[in-house]
Amino acid sequence: MPRIEIYPKGKDLRGESLKNALSEDLGISCKMVSVADVYTIEGVDENQAKAIAEELLTERLVQEHFIGNKGFKGCWIIEIAYRRGVQDPVELSAMEAIAGIGIDAGSVKTSQKVIVEGIGEPDAGRIGKFLSNEIIQDCTVGYETSATKTAPLSGHSVEPRVETIDLADADETELMRISREGLLSLNIEEMKTIRDYFREIKRNPTDGELETIAQTWSEHCKHKTFNSEVEYLEDGKRQLIRNLFKETIVAATESLNKDWLVSVFSDNAGIIRFTDNVNVAFKVETHNHPSALDPYGGAGTGIGGVIRDILAAGLGAKPIFNTDVFCFAPPNYKGKIPEKILHPKRIMKGVVNAVRDYGNRMGIPTVNGAIIFHDNYLGAPLVYCGTAGIIPDGMEKKRISEGELLVVIGGRTGRDGIHGATFSSAELDEDSPSSAVQIGNAIEEKKFMDAMLEARDKGLYTFVSDCGGGGFSSAIGEMAKDTGVRVFLDRVPLKHQAMVPWEIWVSESQERMVFSVPTGNVDEFIRICRKEGTEATIIGEFTGNKRLEVYYGTKRVIDLDMEFLHQGLPKRSRKAVWKTPMLKEPDFREEKDYTPALKSILSHPSIASKEWVIRQYDHEVQAATILKPLVGAFNDGPSDAAVIKPLFDSWRGIVVSNGINPRYSLIDPYWMAASAIDEALRNAVAAGGNPAHTAILDNFCWGGVSSEESMGRLTRAAKACREFAVMLELPYISGKDSLNNAFNIERKTITIPDTLLISAVSVTDDIRKTVSMDAKKAGNSIYIVGATYDELGGSYFYGLKNETGANVPRVRDSAPIVFEKMSSAISKGLVRSCHDCSEGGIAVAAAEMAFSGDLGMKLSLAAVPYEGDKKNYKLLFSESNTRFIAEVEKGREKEFESAMKPAPTARVGELSDDRLFSVKGLDGEIAISARISELKDSWQQTFRW
Amino acid sequence: MAVPNALVLRGSGLNCNNETEHALKLAGAETRQAHINDLIEGRTSLDSFHIAVIPGGFSYGDDLGAGKIMAAQISHSLKSDFQKFVKDGKLLIGICNGFQVLVKTGFLPGNCEATLTGNDSGHFEDRWIYIKPAADNIFTRGIKSMHVPVNHGEGKFVASEADLARLERNGQVSFRYCDRLLNDTRGYPENPNGAMRNIAAVTNIKGNVFGMMPHPEKYVIRNQHPRWSREQLPEEGQGLALYRNIVNHAKAMLA
Repeated sequence: MPRIEIYPKGKDLRGESLKNALSEDLGISCKMVSVADVYTIEGVDENQAKAIAEELLTERLVQEHFIGNKGFKGCWIIEIAYRRGVQDPVELSAMEAIAGIGIDAGSVKTSQKVIVEGIGEPDAGRIGKFLSNEIIQDCTVGYETSATKTAPLSGHSVEPRVETIDLADADETELMRISREGLLSLNIEEMKTIRDYFREIKRNPTDGELETIAQTWSEHCKHKTFNSEVEYLEDGKRQLIRNLFKETIVAATESLNKDWLVSVFSDNAGIIRFTDNVNVAFKVETHNHPSALDPYGGAGTGIGGVIRDILAAGLGAKPIFNTDVFCFAPPNYKGKIPEKILHPKRIMKGVVNAVRDYGNRMGIPTVNGAIIFHDNYLGAPLVYCGTAGIIPDGMEKKRISEGELLVVIGGRTGRDGIHGATFSSAELDEDSPSSAVQIGNAIEEKKFMDAMLEARDKGLYTFVSDCGGGGFSSAIGEMAKDTGVRVFLDRVPLKHQAMVPWEIWVSESQERMVFSVPTGNVDEFIRICRKEGTEATIIGEFTGNKRLEVYYGTKRVIDLDMEFLHQGLPKRSRKAVWKTPMLKEPDFREEKDYTPALKSILSHPSIASKEWVIRQYDHEVQAATILKPLVGAFNDGPSDAAVIKPLFDSWRGIVVSNGINPRYSLIDPYWMAASAIDEALRNAVAAGGNPAHTAILDNFCWGGVSSEESMGRLTRAAKACREFAVMLELPYISGKDSLNNAFNIERKTITIPDTLLISAVSVTDDIRKTVSMDAKKAGNSIYIVGATYDELGGSYFYGLKNETGANVPRVRDSAPIVFEKMSSAISKGLVRSCHDCSEGGIAVAAAEMAFSGDLGMKLSLAAVPYEGDKKNYKLLFSESNTRFIAEVEKGREKEFESAMKPAPTARVGELSDDRLFSVKGLDGEIAISARISELKDSWQQTFRW
Repeated sequence: MAVPNALVLRGSGLNCNNETEHALKLAGAETRQAHINDLIEGRTSLDSFHIAVIPGGFSYGDDLGAGKIMAAQISHSLKSDFQKFVKDGKLLIGICNGFQVLVKTGFLPGNCEATLTGNDSGHFEDRWIYIKPAADNIFTRGIKSMHVPVNHGEGKFVASEADLARLERNGQVSFRYCDRLLNDTRGYPENPNGAMRNIAAVTNIKGNVFGMMPHPEKYVIRNQHPRWSREQLPEEGQGLALYRNIVNHAKAMLA
């Protein structure tokens, strides 16, 4: 089997950057590091291999090739390849390319060969471990020559067997053994319900039936905790909530009853009105567990998945932007890292690379996001991926008719990603299954996206569903629940033959969509897919008998009643308790100079510049990004939100923002949730979003919900979600929850801080009114809008002092009028720049405005609207909600002030061209003074990677 | 006056087709998008167009190197059609990934060997940069400078010293990266990828095949500029001038 190695000629950038990483991250100093790409090609001879190497693989000016296994004297050779069964997108492209030059290859295997000089064997082993992820990759270490032996690649085939599982006679212990060993994640009540159903129909379930029920009833698909009945005891007061989700999130939306809501909660994404003929779909998902095991593959498939949600909203929306929010342990984490956990810096880099590679390849700009750091995300990082799309009005409706054909398009089905949906509902531990991890292939998704949008506009299909958690079993089972469907698994195109029927049925292989296509349209549908280079296959038909019937040839794999599958899940009932904790508010002696504190907070990884990350994301593709993530005199200031102008012929725009404050949940998840909602709206309004046309998404990531206390925290946060969404008139249109984010290791559990992400999508009628956060002109006045309170609980200032405190920021009844007035002043053109005031308080927000605009700023705390114990540090660093800092042109102050009435608004200073940032304390003495370049440097140094 | 027909090529992973088509329309062309498979399978003929643009994106995910697989596809299945198109003096344009494709098919520079390879920074970057003309040709006509974005991971123009000298001598280097004041830049980030001699765009020797790494189609209205809310800027974005030059030249050829 010929092996082609591609080496860099001249400067080896990859080798050099790896050499630096090894020294920095592992403390290994090497004499030389070089990286080569290896292609092992089956079914070609030496001459053909030479042709492939020369015509396709080698870029002669910068690369050279070697056919065979080149040795290196005195060097250690580390070679890394994806494990068999794990998808390698490069292999697929290489096969297509080789076919394109007229050579018929059997298969291609790629690997990476790392040559290291000047180390010993133990370090070679460490480097191998550092570079590979054993869950998905094989790594060999050899001296002077690669130890990777190429085995024949062709897979074997297996007998398509269908097993039955004996439930009829199983007792409780046996039922739980079946659930556990089958990785079904079903509890005893659920197992008993299934047993009783099959007893009634007088047979045992097949493996495929049990898998289907487990997938359909998984927390991932059914949100059992959020849909349970909750008996809630709050500080001794009892309340019965019949369905937590319906009585909080859904109830808020229903009571607001906005006429611009098009589709809420019922589809893969929420949809709101944008123009008379075009609507916007928006969805944010979590993809936490896979990202912990394999950050690159996990985050990549997270993005791929949420993009498919948008493509499957209604008859399919065209994606226009991505937003991504991550929570990690700090990248400079110095504590001991338990075995099997990846270092947070490595997780962060893997996740960022995945967003870059997947989002950029899809041609969807990543325009907004946040990265939050806390030690307790060590074992369970959070990866939130969001996408929005535009869809013609009317296309939100989808409906299948009997007799239509079931067609799958996109990637092939393989053994990757079996049990992802059930696995995501469990806590992680050392034995988490490797088969739950998948590798995405953005180009496969891009191809079928182009194909389906063309087919959509021609009206060729009546329904689309994406294959996500649970694979075909969830997608097809759900889309056919009102009709019934007959599926033939032997017709499904496979990546490799070694799969039994139930595995084909539940595989979560990425980049697949299923459609309902009327028979008369199917030829045209398949023709379009073929033109776009995506495979399309008829795998079944929709019936009218409300049954899920799955065959492999003539062999019956599944025959279930849709009613039982979708309605048979026993209702859960939970107890929840909240006791207000007795927390102490610290009191500090006033300091003379808060400049060092401000610099420290600016350097905190959660606040520091993320330019290193943002620049790697394409935020310009589609040419619609009107407010970019980086703004200001040097294009490097932190935008509050992004604004997109998605239509070439309209000035209307979409504003996207987010709010997330996990530190507050350490005090009270109620105010944590309220703050996240307020912050999301604040960010949108600061950029010109309209608070009266703003919808939100809720994404709960909890540390666990097994105890009454944790259920109490969830209930309390959900109640806040209802209350403040109603107060601020922000309907929820979709959401998601991931409630088991803990890692069990060495008999210890590391639990994340309960985290709620609120994502906001707002409509602006004219993007030309957009305001950015960078200060514009010396002489202009600086205002603070909204009152400041003694609310440093959970603040970054307290964080500097290792305190949490008790006075968590609240949201008050005055909030709606502040948002309304701020928004109307912006739309009247009275505001030159506006920045959301949040983490780090007034000091941080004002400093960011000044250095982003390359201007000095002089502030005085005496004028700040404030209630509470008066100390400089409280005014500077309190994180009270519903506040903005606004710049008003000199001479228009009166106009602005009267427009803002009755919202608390005060002129607190002005901009100067001396590039000096200074704040006078309550006593008139200087409390902060620094050159803006020093402050900017503090803010940028953390991620100067 | 006759209106030139412009083709915007689509294909597995190209993704700047809509904004590129929009810019061509604003510049006065009749436009159409077609998939590369439509050309290969004969449903669309290159012959019916006066301008063909391969836009930006990630054809085949940039696997095996940016533009490499689409280049192999063109060389293998469409070479004579493209050759005829160029021989007829029509305009063949590649932006970003399209530039990479044209370099890897050998249409650019055409008379010597060159390539576009990984950025010196080692990764993809999105940033606005300044470029200025380095030759007087149909593409640079009337343009003093452009502030436009780059969005790529493999944009470093590389050729041998002798070939670089030849390209310059022939006037094939069309645009170079420069600093904010339009002086020659000494390096990163003004030259965002480490391109030799700050080369951002080149033509073939005949002057009708043009490739550039930056994206002029992403700056056709004022509000696309990163600092539009703080600077005095004209309503029209600077990038449109390039597309107007392309369309005007094609118009003149039709007349």
